[in-house]
Amino acid sequence: MTAGYNTISLGTGRKEFHPKKPRPGLEHYIDEAGKGCLEQIGGGKNVDECVIGNFMAARFNKQANLPGFFPMIDPDLRFKPATSVEGACGSGGLALTSGIRSVLAETAEVVLSIGVEVQNTMKAIYGADVLAGAGWFQERKNGHAYYFPGQFSDRAGAYFEKYGREKTRQAFARWYKNAIDNARLCETAQEFHNNTEDLEELAMMEPNGKVFVDHLNVFDCSKVSDGASSIAILSEEGLQACGLTKDQAIEVVAWSQVEEDITKPPQDLTSLTTIRTAVALALDRAGITMAQIGTVETHDCFTVAGLLGVEAMGLAEPGEGADFILQGNTARDGVIPFNTTGGLIGWGHPTGATGVHQAVTIWEQLTGKAGKAQIEIKKDRPYGMSVNMGGDDKTIVVVIYKQAT
Amino acid sequence: MGAAGKMGSGILLLTAMEMTDLMLQNKELKLVLYAVDVSADGLSGLLQYVQSQVVRAAEKKTVLLRKLYADRKDLIENGDVIEQYTKDVLATIRISTHLSDIYDSSLVFEAIKEDPKLKVSILREIDANSQESPWFFTNTSSIPIGELNTDAGLNGRIIGFHFYNPPAVQKLVELIPTEDCKPELIEFAKNYARNLRKKIVPSNDFAGFIGNGHFMRDALHGIIEAKKLNDQFSFAESVYIMNSISQDFLLRPMGIFQLIDYVGIDVVSYIMQVMNPYLPDEELHSELLDQLLTKGVKGGQFSNGTQKDGFFQYKKGRISHVYELKTGAYVPVDEIVKKSESFTGPLPQPANWKQVNFSPGKKEMLENFFSKLKSMDTKGAKLARNYVLESKRIGELLVNTGVAASVDDVNKVLETGFYHAYGPINNYFN
Repeated sequence: MTAGYNTISLGTGRKEFHPKKPRPGLEHYIDEAGKGCLEQIGGGKNVDECVIGNFMAARFNKQANLPGFFPMIDPDLRFKPATSVEGACGSGGLALTSGIRSVLAETAEVVLSIGVEVQNTMKAIYGADVLAGAGWFQERKNGHAYYFPGQFSDRAGAYFEKYGREKTRQAFARWYKNAIDNARLCETAQEFHNNTEDLEELAMMEPNGKVFVDHLNVFDCSKVSDGASSIAILSEEGLQACGLTKDQAIEVVAWSQVEEDITKPPQDLTSLTTIRTAVALALDRAGITMAQIGTVETHDCFTVAGLLGVEAMGLAEPGEGADFILQGNTARDGVIPFNTTGGLIGWGHPTGATGVHQAVTIWEQLTGKAGKAQIEIKKDRPYGMSVNMGGDDKTIVVVIYKQAT
Repeated sequence: MGAAGKMGSGILLLTAMEMTDLMLQNKELKLVLYAVDVSADGLSGLLQYVQSQVVRAAEKKTVLLRKLYADRKDLIENGDVIEQYTKDVLATIRISTHLSDIYDSSLVFEAIKEDPKLKVSILREIDANSQESPWFFTNTSSIPIGELNTDAGLNGRIIGFHFYNPPAVQKLVELIPTEDCKPELIEFAKNYARNLRKKIVPSNDFAGFIGNGHFMRDALHGIIEAKKLNDQFSFAESVYIMNSISQDFLLRPMGIFQLIDYVGIDVVSYIMQVMNPYLPDEELHSELLDQLLTKGVKGGQFSNGTQKDGFFQYKKGRISHVYELKTGAYVPVDEIVKKSESFTGPLPQPANWKQVNFSPGKKEMLENFFSKLKSMDTKGAKLARNYVLESKRIGELLVNTGVAASVDDVNKVLETGFYHAYGPINNYFN
């Protein structure tokens, strides 16, 4: 993979965001992200195939048939194959695996993958209805007004009960602080302008179930975002054809994509079992262990998902994720820095774009292009990993990368 | 009654939602709310206003509404629930221009013009035609409730329930029971206010009560002080200067002349007229307001909430021009600001109601601001000190004459009903 590009993640937090003023639409984001990638690989003429990941443009923007936007980006994409993929917030991850498959199948040498979502077209209370589509619609009636915050609040509540509340909430607050600290180093991040001093104190605000959910507050949640990300997925021949060298690219070492039954409730509220399965599978395929991973982009749609993710990766035993986080292991100067440009809480969560954004961040870190957000990639931990989740632990994409050689 | 008016529409909205919530909690309960007004146009506008406001309110309480509609299998998404709630609230309302439609009501809320004769005749008419011995709520802001009670022959079945403008937003309600008010009516009124999430301040039944008791005298002070400046300044300049003193130097959300515009010059003048006969030792009357009214300068608001021309003209809610009494024309505010500032001198910092009122360090900020103001020897500081002390004198007068039961009650009315950052009875300039 190479030539990653992110638009800004627009929404509350960004100075240029005003809920009542007109904003760029879906087309703008697809166009900007598409051109951002194409400019780095010699234009659309070098592309064999396109994939776009998106969750709910059909409702947020009343727009379907997204493959039709590729020729808008570059006329050289006219009459080339293009596909739209959807797996809720895992759509971006599917845009990656879809491209990876085409390259592995040798039906394409160069694939342009874009992820996009423009969600600020409606108020949050209606946006919650749209996002609830990531769950089983038959369960919607019994769900919370804020459906997914409700689902993960239930997970947090179960975790509090099993392992204790206070320390867990402190770990949530630390997770939030790390996310904002990282976002402040990345100009496209939604929380880039955040200048609150005591982030952990702020994040310890008591949840209020009367107006929101019982066990999470707003700082535990990812952002409502407009944004797009893009990356090129290429074979070695494709890389050469685009005139690029390997030091500008990362290699996909292994990947896994696993699915769980959307009609079934989670087996265990205190564990992300599908992520656990997917991560184990990807590590096995790569032939490595977590001890060799230098950085992780994980799907922290909520702080509790970040914490449960840490446990699902085997970095901490069940019930010990909070300690792992509070000891500083996931911070940017920790043993295994997580979400180095802010993740879903700090950088933003344009749902269908997130999986692609994760790959772009790993690409930046492993090729030394992360600017102020750059972390040190140590020799004994040369790998990066991204974990993208659709729904409540249903559609999971894990990708393991390293600098191409 | 008076449902299409500025106060009436807000009261109707809150009451219709409260009734709908009660019916959703208790399916046996059937309640109907008649919205009566003389203006048919006003009533059709009213329904549109209620609809848009209910949607906004429903969006904020969707968590609760999903519980109230848990048994409705067809209402799945938030959008479905919000739409149904809006329909249900509107379905409780029957609009009418005929008073006879509410002859059989058990509870009547009156929010008509502040005119004692009109109020009495309508209350009388309903009571005379009713089989129910209804309870009456009245949104009276200055007429003693006891007088309405006696003149309409209601025998304690009326209570003053004075909302602040706009009722849907303002948290304060002044509650004014008459001497013979039925205890169960007082209890009901308290519950009603609590359910609407309003703060109650009890006021004794004295013309103007606490809110207008302070506002009218405070306004008169501003008018008199502006007049004193007329030797040195034009009318427009004097008005602008005193407005700035009473806003910027007093850290209030609006200057006194802007507030008069907001309430309406005609309404202020009328309330003074209603109150004045009850105040033998005071003259609560302004010739200036009379003069403006004869020239057609009335202030108040259009039904969409924008401000009509009064002492000022407004653009996007900000003062753009100032009325000049001599010429009858409006002068651009830019031509006045510098002159005003060079007369008043600088403001102590922080100098903004918004900065102070919502800050966690509000108390220290206020003390700091006023202690600076106390030590300043500018004309602005002097006028401001006089203003603060006059406001305090008025507050104490309300306590000493028994209108308010306590200093706290006076301060609460000004802080809640008028959004002041501090109560008038304070020790900043002792």
